[in-house]
Amino acid sequence: MRYLTDRKRATALGSARSGTEHFYGMQTSGAALAILVPLFFVFVAPLIGAPHDVVLRSLGHPGRAVITGLLLVVGLIHFKNGARVMIEDYTHGATRKGLIFVAAAIAYVLIAAGLFALVRISLLSFAV
Amino acid sequence: MVQFSLPKNSQVRVGKTWPKPDGKNVRKFKIYRWDPDTGENPRVDTYFIDMDKCGPMILDALIKIKNEIDPTLTFRRSCREGICGSCAMNIDGINTLACIYGLDEVKGDVRIYPLPHMPVVKDLIPDLTLFYAQHASIMPWLETRTNRPAKEWRQSIEDRKKLDGLYECVMCASCSTACPSYWWNSDRYLGPAALLHAYRWIIDSRDEATGERLDQLEDPFKLYRCHTIMNCTKTCPKGLNPAKAIAEIKKLMVERVV
Repeated sequence: MRYLTDRKRATALGSARSGTEHFYGMQTSGAALAILVPLFFVFVAPLIGAPHDVVLRSLGHPGRAVITGLLLVVGLIHFKNGARVMIEDYTHGATRKGLIFVAAAIAYVLIAAGLFALVRISLLSFAV
Repeated sequence: MVQFSLPKNSQVRVGKTWPKPDGKNVRKFKIYRWDPDTGENPRVDTYFIDMDKCGPMILDALIKIKNEIDPTLTFRRSCREGICGSCAMNIDGINTLACIYGLDEVKGDVRIYPLPHMPVVKDLIPDLTLFYAQHASIMPWLETRTNRPAKEWRQSIEDRKKLDGLYECVMCASCSTACPSYWWNSDRYLGPAALLHAYRWIIDSRDEATGERLDQLEDPFKLYRCHTIMNCTKTCPKGLNPAKAIAEIKKLMVERVV
């Protein structure tokens, strides 16, 4: 039992003086995805099921490669920040901190692996 | 933290069914009851009222039950005209004021519970001490640094109009207790009512502590737990729009950064 006044509970540790960057980042990455996702579906998604050499040659095109790369990075950063909000909503304490770390780790690993694959595919296309 | 089930000692059981009066226009009321002195679980009691002998509002029915059927039924009420905010409760699934919510607005049985996800003091009375403390924490008063003028702090008609839709809040807590973000994180999120009041002082042209007020609110939990769910605006018995006030605060926050 802790004898805290309600005012003390309401004020707690005070303001973190942060949160706006996160909020604005979610807004901007959301707006960027609203443009990138349709571009991806128009220019890159039709390659699904195409022959291997066609895919390699197509992703060697700078426009397609840049759209795919941007979607990968912006999408996963958006995921990382969005997952953090959900985790903060529904969990407390050490679980919250651990899950935020895991979500960030997943996002960064996927960004690194995705960019590596994309660069490799794009450069391979010059060899085809 | 999010909860999907009630603890065992909070699970609601079927309560007493009170005698049904004679009459053609009898209506059934199911009302949440809990008395901390008995140590028993909460229950839902069933009452019947002859609507031909009852006023038109939910509060009229509650007062009739207390006066004529069960004097132990406990609830807050004062002004009976939607100004004091005392009689806020959950009626037919909606947080509202019992004094201005008509019985004709409820179809079928009338189900009355205390405001959701708040500690209950007794029956329909929630413990609002944290809610009031959160309101106090946003400094709900005029903060000035300039020497006090000889007469009054002047304000243009246009600036005064900006306070419309904000100052009318009666602090009934209907909005905050309708907000899932407040349910899960009421220890850190200020909730729609406190934030609406915060914006009322931020936007006041006479107030000179705008930056400090924004500083105090800039926090991932105090402000940014609002996800624009809009339950607050939908439920407000005074027709106010706390979600818009919170969005305006967020816009000012971004304006300070970008």
